[in-house]
Parts: sequence; C-alpha cells; structure tokens
Amino acid sequence: MHPAVSVIFFTVMSGAGLGMIFLIGLGFPVDASAGWVFLVGVVGGGLAIAGLLASTFHLGHPERAWRALSQWRSSWLSREGIAAIATLILFGVYVLIWLVTGSRQPVLGLLSALGAALTVFTTSMIYAQLRTVPQWHSRLTPVVYCGFALGSGWLLASALGTHEAPELWGIVLIGLAWAAKWMWWARASRARLADAGSTPETATGLGFIGKVRLLERPHTGDNYLTREMAHRIGRKHASRLRMLALVFGAVVPVLVLAVVGLSDAPALFNLLASVSMIIGLLAERWLFFAEAEHAVSLYYGHR
Amino acid sequence: MTSLPQSTEKRLGLVIDLDTCVGCHACAVNCKEWNTGAGASPLADTDAYGADVSGAWLNRIHTFEVTPADAPAQIVHFPKSCLHCDDAPCVTVCPTGASHKRSEDGIVLVTEDMCIGCGLCAWACPYGAREMDPVENVMKKCTLCVDRIYSDSLPEEDRIPACVRTCPSSARHFGDFNDPESDVSRLVAERGGIDLMPEMETRPVNKYLPPRPKTRSERATPSPAAPAASAPKADGFLGWLDAALDKLG
Repeated sequence: MHPAVSVIFFTVMSGAGLGMIFLIGLGFPVDASAGWVFLVGVVGGGLAIAGLLASTFHLGHPERAWRALSQWRSSWLSREGIAAIATLILFGVYVLIWLVTGSRQPVLGLLSALGAALTVFTTSMIYAQLRTVPQWHSRLTPVVYCGFALGSGWLLASALGTHEAPELWGIVLIGLAWAAKWMWWARASRARLADAGSTPETATGLGFIGKVRLLERPHTGDNYLTREMAHRIGRKHASRLRMLALVFGAVVPVLVLAVVGLSDAPALFNLLASVSMIIGLLAERWLFFAEAEHAVSLYYGHR
Repeated sequence: MTSLPQSTEKRLGLVIDLDTCVGCHACAVNCKEWNTGAGASPLADTDAYGADVSGAWLNRIHTFEVTPADAPAQIVHFPKSCLHCDDAPCVTVCPTGASHKRSEDGIVLVTEDMCIGCGLCAWACPYGAREMDPVENVMKKCTLCVDRIYSDSLPEEDRIPACVRTCPSSARHFGDFNDPESDVSRLVAERGGIDLMPEMETRPVNKYLPPRPKTRSERATPSPAAPAASAPKADGFLGWLDAALDKLG
C-alpha cells in the first residue's frame, strides 16, 4: 500500500494526543496551576486536532468532509470522525471548567477518556476491517494502535504531569505496546495474500487450467491502482526502518525513562522520551502501509 | 445510506466469456468514450498526449498466460470491471453515503457530489474496480451504463452497456441474474460461470465463463525445431553459384 505521509502523521500524532486525553480524563495528576492545566489541554487536544487536520489533506474534497459524519451505522471511518469530534468537545469543556474553577469534573473526564479510547479503536478498525489486506485484517491491529496510543500518551502525560515515579509505568507500557507489535509483525509474516488463499489463480478463476502469470498489463504507464495498491518502493528499506522504529520507538525512550527515574532529573525530561517514541512510531507506521500487500496487486503480476 | 440492501429486485450484471475474448480492448475504449461524454463529470486523464500518461478507466483488459502441468501455455485475455457485488465492501466502508447499492437493480454507484475522495472504497475492493479521477478528485467506477440501459432517447438496441454493445466477439453479455430464463443466467448455468476471488466473500454478481478445454493432439508434441540434417540442394544458377563458391572455399 502507498504510505501517505498525511495518514502516517495523523495516526501517530492523534494517537499520542488521544492517549494523553485518555489518561488526563482518568485523573492523571497534574499541577493545579492554570499554566500547567492549559499546557496539558493544549498538548493533548492540539496533537489530536493536528492529526485530524492532517488526515483531511489526503482527501480529494476536504470541503465535503462534514458528510463523513453521516454513515456511522456501517462505516468505521464515519464512526472515527464522530468519535474524534465528540472527544475533542468533551475534553475541551473538561479543560475549560478545570481552568476556570480549578476543579476537575470526574464524569466529564471519564467521558473524554472513553471517547479517546473509542476514537483510537475506530481508527484501527478502518484498517483491520479490510479483507483485501490480510496483514491488517487481524484483531491484533486494534491492540497495537491502542497500545502505542497509550504508551506515547503516557510519556507525554508523565512529562507534563505530577505522577509519582511515572517512569516505571512508562517502561512497562512501552514494553507491552512493542510486545503486541512484535506479535503483529510475526503474524503479518504469516498473513501474506497466499496465506489468506488469494493467488493469481483465484483472482482470475483460471487455476483449474494451470499456473497463472501476468503476460501483459492493461496499460503501459502507472495508474491509481498501481500507485496506491500495488506500491512496492516503500518496502526497499524495510529492515533498516524496522531497526529505526525499534531504536527510536523503544530503546531510546526506555533509556531516557531509566535515567530520569534513577536520577533526580525533573520529569520534564521525559519529553525527550516521547519525542523519540513519536519518531520511532512514524517509521513503524510507514512500514504498516508500505509492507501491506493488497489483493489488487495479484492482477498486476504479484504472487 | 451505505448499508447494503437485504436483497435487490433485479440483479443486473455482466457475463464475460474468457473463451471468446480476443483482447482487442474495444470494450475499454468504448467505455472510456461513453463515460467521458456522458455522466456527472468526464472520465479524466492527465498528460494524455505526453510521456507520463495516466487516467481513470472503468474497464481494464489484462492478459494472462496459463500453463497447465502437461501442456503448452495458453493466453487468456481478461477484461475486468466492477462486479456489482451483493456483499460489496466498497459500499459499507463509505463514510459519506456517496457509495451505494441500488435496491431496485443492484447497481453499485457513486454519487459524485457527495464523494470526499478518501479512497477507502478502492482499498476495500479486491478487484481494483474503482479508480480516483485525477481531475475531479472523486471516485469513479463502472455504472453498468445506467444512463444507457434506462434511456428513452437511445434506440432499443443501444440500451445495453457500452462495453457489451461494442464487443466484436460477443464475449460480453448483459442481463438480470435474478431471472433464471435470462441469457446471462442460462450462460452461467451452461458454461459453469465462476466468481473471482470467492475467498473475499464479496458475492460478485458478474460472472466469468472459463475458457473451454483445448483439444489435445493425439501425436506426440513435436520437439523444438531441430536443425535440418543437410542444407537443401539448389539447382540452376543458384546451384552453380553454390558449387562455385564451395570450390573457392
């Protein structure tokens, strides 16, 4: 699949922002002064909004995006849009009341947290629902998306909040998220198109005669299908990118957390860990798209 | 609404005969011509006369080589367009309601001015039946020539999809699969029409008729051209020249 930069940016950034909203909504301790409350609101809400705005950049008609809120009965993409907007409104009101009165409304917080979790889940289901991409079509996909959102959200919250010794939990959450991703990668290597039972023979229905090979493409140049679905260039540096994802997404954040946790360094240094993790997740998300095989590629000479 | 209808009154679709298709691309060209001139917006191309030509087409003709275990390879031309699936995944993923399946005849359509161009329907389709229009930035797909088949102004014989009308080898047939007496239903029953990628559980309406079995020769397959044992003898002037040149040797 073609890795669209706007979608990669969106899923990583809004994941981190929504992870943070989830934790703040559940009552993650934050310094009561208005400045810190404001900062927490801006970072959590801002990342989620920045991600959502980025996601509209890949639309052919962003001015019609409001229409995407109508089909929640059948479409995960529609559900995601509704969940995201509802969450941002709830969280905005939550932070506003907190700023004005200085007290946190637990019910409103709980609703924001629920909304944030739901939004990340619906994002992941947009990919997990697709039978045409067997590597995505798995229950592990939502687990990975939620795990990374929680992990990167925890790092942000731990840097800006006042949680007692958040570093240990941070290391645990990063470990769990990457364990899920490791399982996802292991499954993905066994969930190629052929493993799902799709081959050029089933795609053409000609398997009863013999082995099927593409002799001639329908068109000499590239088209939307070959650019979008039969995209392979992004796989070139797969192993190096996987290494970068692990180093920046797991190793560096854990080291930073360990140093901050064991020394007297202020928790704000955990921001380094979250920036590193986000860089690592951008590489991870690139691979999520670039390595995915789409059924349409079977019509274009892929086996 | 992008939920699928429980069932449709008619199930209009195509039968494509892989035995008689000659791979001339006439169906694709006529499809492009009709859908560029008619419909909500033209079916656009970019750099149409340049080196890097690209564009949206609703019908594409692939050519495959199929090699049996015990016989020489054969060539199969393979036209591919929207299969108007009963369980169309492209419809249910649509967030705006632009993509829909009609309850009266089962045709899957895109309402262009509701489409946001997110591309998710094209991701959901295993057949590559949907292409983004590079100029309009909305998703385009086969309409089963909905603007021809119900037309009052066209002559009776033209009220079929453009691809079917133009096929010179009668490899394409149009009709209602809900009617067991229709041409398409009978062809599917007689020739064993097949679904593409049934494992995707899309339940396509369009069916493909497999190539008929090749007649196998009784004689052993001739071995690849062996060089002639001796050069053919020439006579007359050429024979003299041949001999003369040999002597010069």
